[in-house]
Amino acid sequence: MENLLSVKNLRVEIPLAAGQLLPVRGISFDLKKGETLCVVGESGCGKSLTSLAIMGLLPKIAQRKADRLEFAGKDLTGLSERQMSAIRGNDMAMIFQEPMTSLNPAYTIGNQLMEGLIRHKGVSRSTARDRAILLLEKVGITAAASRLPQYPHQLSGGLRQRVMIAMSLMCTPDLIIADEPTTALDVTIQAQILRMIKELQAELGMAMIFITHDLGVVARIADKIAVMYAGTFVETGTAEQIFNAPMHPYTKGLLSCIPVPGKTDRGSRLGSIPGIVPSLIGGIDGCGFRSRCPYAQDACATEPTLTDRESGHTCRCIHEASKLKALTWEVA
Amino acid sequence: MLHFFLKRLALAALVALTVSLISFSLLFLAGDPAIALAGEGATDADIHAIRTQYGFDRPVMEQYLFWLKNALAGDFGTSYYFKTPVINLIAEKMPTTMILGLSAISFAILLSIPLGVLAAVKPNSLFDRIALFISVIGQAIPSFWFGLILIVTFAVKLRWVPVSGSDSWQHFILPTIVLGYYATPAIMRLTRAGMLEVLRADYIRTARAKGIRPGKVLFKHALRNAVIPVVGLAAVQLGFMLGGSVIIESIFALNGAGFLAFESISRNDFPVVQALILIFSLIYVLLTLLADLLNAWLDPRIRVA
Repeated sequence: MENLLSVKNLRVEIPLAAGQLLPVRGISFDLKKGETLCVVGESGCGKSLTSLAIMGLLPKIAQRKADRLEFAGKDLTGLSERQMSAIRGNDMAMIFQEPMTSLNPAYTIGNQLMEGLIRHKGVSRSTARDRAILLLEKVGITAAASRLPQYPHQLSGGLRQRVMIAMSLMCTPDLIIADEPTTALDVTIQAQILRMIKELQAELGMAMIFITHDLGVVARIADKIAVMYAGTFVETGTAEQIFNAPMHPYTKGLLSCIPVPGKTDRGSRLGSIPGIVPSLIGGIDGCGFRSRCPYAQDACATEPTLTDRESGHTCRCIHEASKLKALTWEVA
Repeated sequence: MLHFFLKRLALAALVALTVSLISFSLLFLAGDPAIALAGEGATDADIHAIRTQYGFDRPVMEQYLFWLKNALAGDFGTSYYFKTPVINLIAEKMPTTMILGLSAISFAILLSIPLGVLAAVKPNSLFDRIALFISVIGQAIPSFWFGLILIVTFAVKLRWVPVSGSDSWQHFILPTIVLGYYATPAIMRLTRAGMLEVLRADYIRTARAKGIRPGKVLFKHALRNAVIPVVGLAAVQLGFMLGGSVIIESIFALNGAGFLAFESISRNDFPVVQALILIFSLIYVLLTLLADLLNAWLDPRIRVA
């Protein structure tokens, strides 16, 4: 099947007084129609900036560079803000992490839901209104019509995130980028929203990039997973490959941090990977994880490349696949 | 919304009542009004006669209530100087001042809000610096001097506009610019600061993510939120302008209420001064009320308060 989104060597550069900050340092991946890619990584690893870079929504100070950034056969790298705005919301949409602040306090829910559809599809207000009501119902909001004249401050966080999701679906985009859509919500709501996103995605046949730091979430929704560390993907593969046979020491560390009922002793400390992420200003010498990795060797001082180890399962590490699989790392 | 409106209206009425008491009391601020009115060399008998004639011998509270009752009916007494009803004098002069005030605030808003928005879109750019420069100048130049410079340049040398008077709309151009320019810097800087903050907000990113056109993001999504504090400021500025028109009106010989106030103060014409202060204050209270209502319309979160 043809690729909906093709990204090659995507980089983000932010000039700072202290030097060039490189929060995203060469991301490549392809996404097919209807597929879900989960990008996992800890805070500050460049997940959000990657998604903003694809959408063309980076802060002004940041520069986007890419060898290829193709969406539905169109090259996005050379598009102006105006041309990009015709694609955003229409063909690719985004759900943000902060439902409390992502809606404009001065306009009604209805106005904000409808404006994108009216702008992109040129439909009448009443058509847009019908679609808004339909989608509000789809995201599980009762008495949807009566919500339209309400303002964001009249809704709870969970409701606002549902509105945000409905808003992203208004034009039936081919790609949804969800940047930690459930992080700001409490756990019971999280599960509902996740299930709903997954169902809607299947129903509407959309591809999705789902960004999260929560591996529990990833397990429920991912087709493909990319583990991100210090601005690069360190391991990519199918959900099965990553969960059943993780290779990269960082992935292994992350997975062993998840407390397992019955295995993890009650009252014991939660695991964490020791050490800190290297500074993202300027270049990183060798493997970015080597200062925290128990298997680091002298050879790690040269930067390893992301290579295919078996049937699409890639890993950025100097060690052999067979050796990596055999390694066990229980973080303390 | 109705509840909000009634609450604000009641507050405004209370403020107006307080203001009326203060403006009435001004009469006694400069000492015994009877002595002031009688003038130099008046005998005790003259002073006493004036005191009885104008009712200054009655208790202050009684005088106030009497004055208030008449004022509510539109009767502010008779001018000591012109010997005509104060209300007629004011009705004759007020339109000039109102036209000047409204055109000046319109000029200020139409100039400063677009400048503020554009300065915020490209902060620290050349445009932003020029806008800052213009605003610093506006704040620094005394308006009487600026007015004279404009008269010399555009009326005397270039002869584009008349020098002074209030016969046609052309007469209002220079005074509008002088009075409006004074309010421009504050409104522009506040718009700029508000826009800078709002443009960083998550909902602006959301609007862009929806593919809303850049201009609409700026003027629909950002400006409406950024302009909320500006509304209050503009109302206050308009109030100041009506007061400040005293100077502008004398420079351009616009025969308005400001000029009348200035002259009446120097003539000890208390009924006129009292009435003008009350009316200007009431306009001010009304403007504040209007600003509150406009803000409630702009920002739905205010409506509950």
